[in-house]
Amino acid sequence: MHAVRAAILIALAGLWELFARTGVFDPFITSSPSRVAATIADLAAAGTLFYHIGVTLMETVLGFAIAVAAGYLIAVLLWLNESARSVFEPYIVVLNALPKIALGPLIIIWMGTGYTAIVFMTVLISVIVCIMNMLAGFVAVDKTKLLLMRSMGAGKAAILSKLVIPASLPAFMNTLKVAVGLAWIGSIMGEYIVSRAGLGYLIVYGGQVFRLDLVMAATFILLVLAGGMYALVALTERLVVGKNRQ
Amino acid sequence: MSLAFEGVSYTYHTPAGETEAVRGLTFEVRDGQFVSLIGPSGCGKSTILSLAAGLIPPSQGKVKRGGGHFGYMLQTDALFPWRTVEQNIFLPLEIKRRNTRGMRENALALAEKYGLKDFLKKTPQQLSGGMRQRVALIRTLAAQPDTLLLDEPFSALDYQTRLAVCDDVHAIIKSERKTALLVTHDISEAIALSDRVIALSARPAAVVGEHDVTFGDGSPKSRRASGEFAAMFETLRGELGI
Repeated sequence: MHAVRAAILIALAGLWELFARTGVFDPFITSSPSRVAATIADLAAAGTLFYHIGVTLMETVLGFAIAVAAGYLIAVLLWLNESARSVFEPYIVVLNALPKIALGPLIIIWMGTGYTAIVFMTVLISVIVCIMNMLAGFVAVDKTKLLLMRSMGAGKAAILSKLVIPASLPAFMNTLKVAVGLAWIGSIMGEYIVSRAGLGYLIVYGGQVFRLDLVMAATFILLVLAGGMYALVALTERLVVGKNRQ
Repeated sequence: MSLAFEGVSYTYHTPAGETEAVRGLTFEVRDGQFVSLIGPSGCGKSTILSLAAGLIPPSQGKVKRGGGHFGYMLQTDALFPWRTVEQNIFLPLEIKRRNTRGMRENALALAEKYGLKDFLKKTPQQLSGGMRQRVALIRTLAAQPDTLLLDEPFSALDYQTRLAVCDDVHAIIKSERKTALLVTHDISEAIALSDRVIALSARPAAVVGEHDVTFGDGSPKSRRASGEFAAMFETLRGELGI
């Protein structure tokens, strides 16, 4: 299966290179794998490659961590207080439906044009889904186990720490997976709106000066980084959730 | 007297309206007795146990709980898959803040006495259905309850396992000299296990018959084998209107 997947990838890259070299595609518009590789090498030689990667990675990881932590905490508070839950649930649903990019101009005015604005955008895009996913995980806990805990005289704190949190671990890992993808969307979108560095900046800049090699190179690096971060979360899930589940 | 219901009624409220689950229920469970409540499915049996455990207050009447601790055993074993058997058994100790060395040792001694010694470090998923139910019982006993409330604890098991687990649980409860209140819809299970069987009507649950089980040597096996078993079975069937 892995071999088939690799073969498809190599074949597609090969075709792309072939069409670009034989003039079927105009490499000025479509770039080509060799030109992408050369651009990455140039960026590395100029010493800016890792700077741009570092900036985007920092924004993404920071935004992701804040969104997950805040989302988890808010979900816990909403689980603890049922009336708060029924009051705030419609707000959360509406906020989830809102395309957060619409808030771009507001964020720039509130946060300025620095990294803070981009991290804020990343948090904004991921946090609502984190809240909804975790709350759904908390509420889905087996009713029989809840009854068992209550029959033992457990209060809300004990039910939370001994049952709800461990039982919702798969939901947490799932939330991490979704949040990783959203955090990348958030940081790149933030960089599109306001930035002086980062992979999103390279893409926008490359587009403006018509250097499609640069756009493709930054996109390719983004693909590798996002895939790597997702794989890291998936690996953590396997290690943490493991076989100790029904 | 370990537990007594005196004219207990319970009505719960749903958006669709009020539902009377229990009406004027009166019965008594004496110390060391094994009493079964038997009734049609959905007659409010689980509500009666929740009332007995004090999880819900009666709408009318009185539930007298003669002191001591109560332990609850549910329809499914409700073991936590992220805890080992040993950690599952310690759960009530942690919750009741009685997680002392003495209590833990006591719980482990119980587990060893009833054949769980080799399974303590295993996870529940590695055990058979019958074994899991035994862990659930030892978990209930770990906090040293005086009275056990059993909510159809065998209903999730297949028939043969169920017969074996029934005998098993009965033997453990009797040898630990615990008082037990079982709710079930299974007539033969109720007769085999109990010192007294109380038949309940359909919802709202009210007592329609009460019988002391005096035949056999006290074990479920001897009761099932006794000639009087069939007669009592038929009486109860009549009372339940089946």
